[in-house]
Amino acid sequence: MKDAFSLTIKPAFLKSLPVMAGYIILGTGFGILLRGAGYGAPWAFVMSLLIYAGSMQFVGVGLIAGGATVLTTVLTTVMVNARHLFYSISMISRYRDAGKYKTYLIFALTDETYSLLCDGSVPEGADPHLYRFLVSLFNHCYWVTGSVLGSLLGSALPFPTTGIEFSMTALFIASFTEQWLQGGSRVPALVGLGCSLACLLLFGAGRFLIPAMLSITAVLTLLQSRLSPGEEAAP
Amino acid sequence: MIHDTHAAILVLAMATTTWLLRFLPFLVFRKRVPRYVLYLGMVLPAAIIGMLVVYCLKDVSLATVPHGLPELIAAAATVALQCWRRNSLVSILGGTAAYMVLVHILG
Repeated sequence: MKDAFSLTIKPAFLKSLPVMAGYIILGTGFGILLRGAGYGAPWAFVMSLLIYAGSMQFVGVGLIAGGATVLTTVLTTVMVNARHLFYSISMISRYRDAGKYKTYLIFALTDETYSLLCDGSVPEGADPHLYRFLVSLFNHCYWVTGSVLGSLLGSALPFPTTGIEFSMTALFIASFTEQWLQGGSRVPALVGLGCSLACLLLFGAGRFLIPAMLSITAVLTLLQSRLSPGEEAAP
Repeated sequence: MIHDTHAAILVLAMATTTWLLRFLPFLVFRKRVPRYVLYLGMVLPAAIIGMLVVYCLKDVSLATVPHGLPELIAAAATVALQCWRRNSLVSILGGTAAYMVLVHILG
C-alpha cells in the first residue's frame, strides 16, 4: 500500500509542475487586484479556497468592488463558468467510480486541472483515482498559495505590477495554441473564436458572452455529423 | 461592515454557483450519457477556450492610443513561445512579462 502511494504521489507532483508556476503567477495577480480593491489576504484565501475558478475570481474582484447585486453575480458566474459543465460532462465516465475522491475531484475541476487530466493517462502502477486526486489537490494548493502571496507581497514587489492581469489572457492563448498544434480537428476552436468575435462586434463587450455561447453550441450541433468520432479522432 | 457582509454574500454566491455548474452533469446523467452530450463534451472545450481568448481581449480599444499594440505584441509572443517550446508555463511567463514591459513603455 505504501508502495502504491509513492508510485502515485511522485508522478502526480511532476505532472502538476507546469501548473505550479502558472497558478502562483495568476494567483499573485489575483491577490494584487483584490488587495487594490480593498480586500486583503483573508479574502484572497477564502475566495481561492472556495470558488477556485481563476477567471471568475478576476471578474469577481470587479463585482465585489462595484457592489454588484447577488443576481448579477450569479448570472455572471453562470456565463463565465458555464464551460465547467462541459469539463464535467467529458469527465463523467472517468470520475463516476472514483469513490471517496469523487466529490473533491469534481469540485476541483478547473481549466488547468482539466487540461492535465483530460487525456486520461495514468502512470504505470499508480492508483488512478488517487493520482487524479493528488494532481487536483496540488493545483489547488498552488492557487491558494499564489493568491495569498500576491495579497501579502503585492505592494512590496520591486517592480510595478501593472499588466500582470495579462497572465490570464496568456494562459488561454497558450492553451488555444497548444490545442491547435496537437492535431485533430481545428473546427471547434475556429467556431469558438469566430462566433465570439462576431457576437462581440454585434452585441458589444458587455453583452456578447451569452449570444456567443448559444451560437457556438448551435453551430457545433449543426456540425455534429461531420465532427463526431468515427473517422476523426477526438481532439 | 455592511460592505463586507455584502462582499461575503457575493463570494458565497460565486462559490455555490460554480459548485453547481461542476456537479450538475454528474447529478443529471447518473446512468447514461446521451451521445449528443458526449459529443458536446468533446468539441466544446476547444471552442470555449477560443471564446475565453476573445473575452480577455474584449475591452482592448483599437481606436485610442496605444491601439491595442501591447496586447497584439504580447499575444503574438505567447503564441510564438508556445509553438517553439510547447511549454505553457514558459509562454505564460514570457507573454505576461512582454505585456508588462509594453504597457510600461507605451502605456
